[in-house]
Amino acid sequence: MTRADFAKLGLLGLGVLGMLAVPVLGDNYLVRLCTFVAMYSAMALAWNFIGGYAGYPSFATAAFFGLGAYVGALLQNHGVPMVPAWIAAMLVSAGFSLAVGAMILRLRGHYFAVGSIALVEILRQVASTWRDVTGGGNGLNVPMLPGGPGFAGMVFLYSMLAIALLAFAATLWVDKGRLGFGLRCIRQNEDAANMVGIDADRYKTIAFTLSGLFCGTAGAAYASWVAYIDPSDTFNILTTLKVPVMVMLGGAGTLYGPLIGVIVFIVLEETIWSSFLELHQAVLGTIIVILVFFLPGGLLKLRLPAALLSGGRR
Amino acid sequence: MTGAPLLEVRDLSKHFGGVRAVQNVSFAVRPGEIVGLIGPNGAGKTTLVNLISGFHRASGGAVRFDGRDVTRQKPHMIARRGLSRTFQIVQPFPQMTAVENVAAGALFAGQAPSRKVALDQAHEKLAVVGLTRVADSPASALTLPDRKRLEFAKSLAMKPKMLLLDEVNAGLNPHEIDTALALIRTIAASGITIIVIEHLMKVVLGLSHRILVLHHGELIAEGAPAAVVKDPKVVEAYLGNRFVERFGATGHPA
Repeated sequence: MTRADFAKLGLLGLGVLGMLAVPVLGDNYLVRLCTFVAMYSAMALAWNFIGGYAGYPSFATAAFFGLGAYVGALLQNHGVPMVPAWIAAMLVSAGFSLAVGAMILRLRGHYFAVGSIALVEILRQVASTWRDVTGGGNGLNVPMLPGGPGFAGMVFLYSMLAIALLAFAATLWVDKGRLGFGLRCIRQNEDAANMVGIDADRYKTIAFTLSGLFCGTAGAAYASWVAYIDPSDTFNILTTLKVPVMVMLGGAGTLYGPLIGVIVFIVLEETIWSSFLELHQAVLGTIIVILVFFLPGGLLKLRLPAALLSGGRR
Repeated sequence: MTGAPLLEVRDLSKHFGGVRAVQNVSFAVRPGEIVGLIGPNGAGKTTLVNLISGFHRASGGAVRFDGRDVTRQKPHMIARRGLSRTFQIVQPFPQMTAVENVAAGALFAGQAPSRKVALDQAHEKLAVVGLTRVADSPASALTLPDRKRLEFAKSLAMKPKMLLLDEVNAGLNPHEIDTALALIRTIAASGITIIVIEHLMKVVLGLSHRILVLHHGELIAEGAPAAVVKDPKVVEAYLGNRFVERFGATGHPA
């Protein structure tokens, strides 16, 4: 760890402390906004494993998120306490992504992208049609957390923050270790990665599983937070698109890129987009186009932020 | 050279639909040998390498490496067992530096205990192939001869028992080829068994202890370089009469 690494971690620590203080110092709007920042951070970090490090364009984010939400909500409705329900949702999402990953990670490039987006559609159809269990299109109510909105807001902010920090810790572990190195090799040249002795199939599956695990946990916490879920809200194609855009905005395959992307994206969303209610989809589209053409490496690859952070590693 | 073969290929076949790319090929390579594999374009040389290194699945037959059956193994397993290959078209990790590229070989197939150790080993291997000056340049910025050397360094870092070199000299000028040849000899002298696939007869004949000739996916000749180039079947399929005249007249490879 270099001094720059410590400086960045310190900055992150300050940010976390700031968010911890929000329920005390800020109003409900700010608490809600920070909860979204934490939730999207967890999901962006989760996508970064497969989409960033391994370079596989996964659109399965909403599938894991929705699966986690439904598993958590159903368990809570059957009397399981909130946190154990989240843990169960985490395990189910991880198991699901492991099983599905072993199959669809044989596909590469566009084929993988299409396969992963199909997961969202399939699960959404299941949730819509399996009325006896999921309530179909009517959705599911989830027991409200007792203690009033102020208390609940604080609990869910801290919970989302904890999930995001776990995802960050996992990213740190991947980034500095053998797994991250192997995944970077796979992203750049999968045949050559196999040739140097990397078990590419296993590494990709681990990355996909980590991705599913954290998205599913965030989904379960989301279900408890909003206390009502339905198929089109949880298995939302927009989620599946927004999360990769956030990561690419910051810098895919980097440690801090996803966090920077989430913050910039949500600030943009709150400040500019609220003034363009009718056009915000168009603004998202414009950002994607700008990303593709002018910023393929994300904000972290720009000279200025790199210099500010005393030089990104790559 | 005696003892058990390091690599043993038995009745190996590969069909792509109706195309028989490799048919019933059998040969063995003993430890320490340099074996040349030649044949016209489309003879199945690269397919054979892909079969041995696990990139293709054999339609029939078996490959044994270092006493183990590796016929159905995946490329990364074979790489870890000590069989390393280069690609006809160089395959670096473009955004990584040269030293990181080599470190990948050391860390995974070479089973270095940590990234730091892998990087140290990578610097050593870069010195062996003469690339220390570009160690911290991205692989994509390297010239073609340097990229070929980078492939060498990466293969060496994998601590191989055997190297499969698929046309490592293609696209190099005569001077660069001489440097590459010296490098192959140095590697062979360090005890690594080598199979070279080559189009340049000068390279193969000067380097190999033994030559295998592939034509239409079949092994049509096998033996010492001087004997193989006079084999009528080889002359007809690959070399042509002019080559034999020149080779015979000078007593040296053309």
